[in-house]
Amino acid sequence: MKVTFPHMGNLYISAKVLFEELGIDYVIPPFTSKKTLEIGTRYVPECACLPLKITIGNLIEAQQLGADTVLMAGGCGPCRFGYYCEMYREILKDLNCNMDIITLEPPGAHISRLLQGIRKLLGGCNLYKMARAVKCFTRVVMEVDEIERLVFKIKPRELDKGGTDEIYKAFKKDALKVKGARQIIELVRETKNKLMKVKTDEKAKPLKIGIVGEIYSTIDSWTNMDIQSRLGAMGVESHRYVTISNWVIEHIIKKALKIPRDLSYEHAARPYLGKMIGGHALETIGNTVLYALRGYDGIIQVYPLTCMPEIVAESILPAVERNYDIPVLTLIIDEMTGEAGYITRIEAFVDLILRKKEKKVLDLGYILPGY
Amino acid sequence: MTLDTYYLGIDVGSVSTNLILMDENDIILKKLYLRTSGQPIRVLCEGLSILKEYIGENVSRIGSVGATGSGRRLAAVIAGADIVKNEITAHAVAAQKVVPGVRTIMEIGGQDSKIIFLKEGVVHDFAMNTVCAAGTGSFLDRQAERLGIPISEIGKFALRSKSPVRIAGRCAVFAESDMIHKQQAGYCLEDIICGLCEGLVRNYLNNLAKGREIHEPVMFQGGVAANIGIVHAFRKALQKEIIVPEYYDVMGAYGAALLAKEKMRSEKRAKTTAFKGFRAAENNYISRNLECCGCPNMCEVLEILSNGNVIARWGDKCGKWSFGI
Repeated sequence: MKVTFPHMGNLYISAKVLFEELGIDYVIPPFTSKKTLEIGTRYVPECACLPLKITIGNLIEAQQLGADTVLMAGGCGPCRFGYYCEMYREILKDLNCNMDIITLEPPGAHISRLLQGIRKLLGGCNLYKMARAVKCFTRVVMEVDEIERLVFKIKPRELDKGGTDEIYKAFKKDALKVKGARQIIELVRETKNKLMKVKTDEKAKPLKIGIVGEIYSTIDSWTNMDIQSRLGAMGVESHRYVTISNWVIEHIIKKALKIPRDLSYEHAARPYLGKMIGGHALETIGNTVLYALRGYDGIIQVYPLTCMPEIVAESILPAVERNYDIPVLTLIIDEMTGEAGYITRIEAFVDLILRKKEKKVLDLGYILPGY
Repeated sequence: MTLDTYYLGIDVGSVSTNLILMDENDIILKKLYLRTSGQPIRVLCEGLSILKEYIGENVSRIGSVGATGSGRRLAAVIAGADIVKNEITAHAVAAQKVVPGVRTIMEIGGQDSKIIFLKEGVVHDFAMNTVCAAGTGSFLDRQAERLGIPISEIGKFALRSKSPVRIAGRCAVFAESDMIHKQQAGYCLEDIICGLCEGLVRNYLNNLAKGREIHEPVMFQGGVAANIGIVHAFRKALQKEIIVPEYYDVMGAYGAALLAKEKMRSEKRAKTTAFKGFRAAENNYISRNLECCGCPNMCEVLEILSNGNVIARWGDKCGKWSFGI
């Protein structure tokens, strides 16, 4: 059995650790590229959402490298994501790709199905081994997200342009070379040290933008055309509440262990949306409010075309925008999105919040009106 | 004798390439509105040659250069620019200069349309057409051509209409078939054209303004503002005064020039302009594209050569080509 999984941002680093700790043979799909998307769009219905197209591409590319089993998380998701594993199964079957799909259903509703999945994966049900591997996985997920957070904090402040990117790139590459949780954590430690040594402008007060929106397209940097890195290059600090570790801890582990979850976003969203309506709509609205309260200068919402929960959130956001006086830019991505228009919008948005802030802070005489 | 300093603004758009020359008092001395015709480099060089004739050889008279439009990077590479800015900022700057206190700017260009809202002199919100170009200049161009009317006459036809027909303006293709249908049904040309203008305006307001309140003063700029039929349709739909500035068609370039002038002024020490001189127009430019085979992204890299020397490369995701000059 050779297990593979779809890409999502830096998930491959933690997934690799999970498989290594469990002693399972695995294949990491080639990194998402234009070719991946081309394969995906060929076999996925046109109106399906973009993440499905990309991840199917990942799986087909992994199959060419010898993978025969797909490990997939969460079957009963409250948006189209809930049907991803069924879609994988059907599409791969139509293509005569003999791939077995193991879905790890979130515990709670279908605990028996979860155990069934684990048994299939491990060929037994060694709960101790499983718990240990999950612990390592969680630790690594958190560490990797911490690195990412640091990169987007340091990059806008760096003095030698490109220094942070180089460290980050090297980390992503080296993560493939090391084995097991211990070595990865060592690598994380080294990378953190390197990041801390990047020379930064102490006095810089970069603009701060919060990234909200659909989970896959905000986390996966290939999909969102490196939005956070681009913002960093423009000297803008960006932050995103929704991360892989946040999802794993809040939605899987805490739910499984029945620990109270951090629901601050839900409280923040309450005046606008009182109910979970699927996907990450509630997070999008709640986090926008939280960013506004934390003094962020602007919000960028990213979602793939036809993502229903985010469409609802988009139509609610103007109310938040008005009440908190925080500008919101919505970017919709699909396989046709042109890079030039995308960047123009980000650039113009950064200009907008920069001038707005300057006007708020001090009335500089020489600033052109409207600029 | 000291010569006046001039500022150059360049706006390379999908349909037109505009250049303006502005003096120290922000007054436009010369404007050029040239059709890009799919050859931005050649048209840009042509524009520079025309300006050279106007201004004379003396390059030192150019204080600074600003570039905007979808081809702004290209313009910056060919002519040399001190500031490269997106169209939204450029349009907002120019509009504010002409009508201080403007609250809404509507701009319809060749392939994109935007609406910019300002509040207390700052861009407060903006929207650009997202997934469709119905209702922009290119579409009007094509319809004028199909009907055999010069594009400049479209507006006059629309004004002569007594009772405009209703044309579905949501999609360019459907709008065209709707127009053909109305033609075959025997409606007169004037009413169809007027209906088209109203359809496009409806589409613009639905897609971009999306129910946001439009405050006065409202400005309308971009190439399509030349079409008096569209201006009237806006007036009718909004029930508001629509201001079309004198230089409506080159506002982007004007904004770029203003920004370039500002940039020079805000620099702490005196800096010389990045302008490559009018002679740049005489160089022999070749652009070629290559597909990088370094990874499965297969980026299409564009390379621009000036007299055989590579002056720019872009299009790659990893920076292997763009940094390697």
